[in-house]
Amino acid sequence: MDRDKHRILIVEDSPTMRQLLVFALKRLKGAEIVEAADGMDGLRKVTSDDYDLALVDINMPVMDGLKLISLIRAEDALREMPIVVITTEGAKEDRERALALGANEYLTKPIQANRVLSLAKSLLKI
Amino acid sequence: MKDQGDGRHQQADEFLTLFRRGAEFTKELLEENERLRSQLLSVEDRQNFAARDENEWEKLRQELIVRIQGLESEKEDVLLRLEAVEEENRHFAGRYLEVEEENNNLANLYVSSYQLHSTLDLGEVLKIIIEIVINLIGAEVFTVYVLDERTGQLEAVAAEGVPLERFPRMPLGTGVVGSAVETGETSCEDPSGEADDLTRPIVCIPLRVEERPIGAIAIFSLLAQKDGFSPLDHELFTLLAGHAATAIFAAQLYGQSERKLNTIQGFIDLLTK
Repeated sequence: MDRDKHRILIVEDSPTMRQLLVFALKRLKGAEIVEAADGMDGLRKVTSDDYDLALVDINMPVMDGLKLISLIRAEDALREMPIVVITTEGAKEDRERALALGANEYLTKPIQANRVLSLAKSLLKI
Repeated sequence: MKDQGDGRHQQADEFLTLFRRGAEFTKELLEENERLRSQLLSVEDRQNFAARDENEWEKLRQELIVRIQGLESEKEDVLLRLEAVEEENRHFAGRYLEVEEENNNLANLYVSSYQLHSTLDLGEVLKIIIEIVINLIGAEVFTVYVLDERTGQLEAVAAEGVPLERFPRMPLGTGVVGSAVETGETSCEDPSGEADDLTRPIVCIPLRVEERPIGAIAIFSLLAQKDGFSPLDHELFTLLAGHAATAIFAAQLYGQSERKLNTIQGFIDLLTK
């Protein structure tokens, strides 16, 4: 993989949120952003290509974000890929559950675009 | 033979030039050495003389005091300039944060407006309004009212957090929602309360196209992690008041024209068969 490029997968059912996240992450130099509209679509994309970071919503149709995270972490090749959860679920137990399943960070909506950007930079080590 | 002789002459000239340069350089070094030696002697003489002569000692002391004062003043000047530069840096850092925030806000407003006008399907428009209110404002319980022009009643057409049928119809001009839609003024209260009374929203955004009432967005409670409204939220209220109204209105008109077109097409098909 080209190390100057950072492939980021956004798994989010809301087109508005996806567009906002793309807007924020496009400011990262060399960012290549791929969108998935639900958990199943996300799983298909994450297992068929290499990604450096995944942003995952929890409440989604077809397959929710928690199921997706557990399936990603079950794959040996994807154990180290950073996952950021972006969700409306603000309860402590939701956060703990997502982190226990293998998410690296947990952000609650409404989000600040610059917070997502700085988190992505730190996880991508750029 | 003559050539060999010329070559030797040339070599000799080059050597002499080099030698002269070396001699000049050595002379310069000796002169510099002499100058420094004499300077050192002069300083030593002055020190020795000052040690013996009280007046000279005082003169030397005064010179040193003046020099120290000069350096002190120079230091003060440098410190003042440093402080000014630091202040300027703080100012720039503050401005940078402001610009970043403004940039974020503009991105939110741009995305909202882009999405609202991306479709002419009323169901899709309502879905986008819901997405904006949940994801960008952070509301937990809210509804979208649309005015039924025949009855003059505001009817809930989309909701989140509470089943749609629990939201009562609102007559235009009465209650928080009806009054906001009639006057066109957004109402906004303290967001700390519970969403018990579904006739008293904490925020009511009237949706109007010019002076024509279209409906309203009524927010009853916010997500647990959201503790108040930011300036961006108020900008989003204003954006929704205009753009969501236009998007709903355009989708309604498009839906009507589609239905009319289908009816006319049906008649034409009937007549031509």
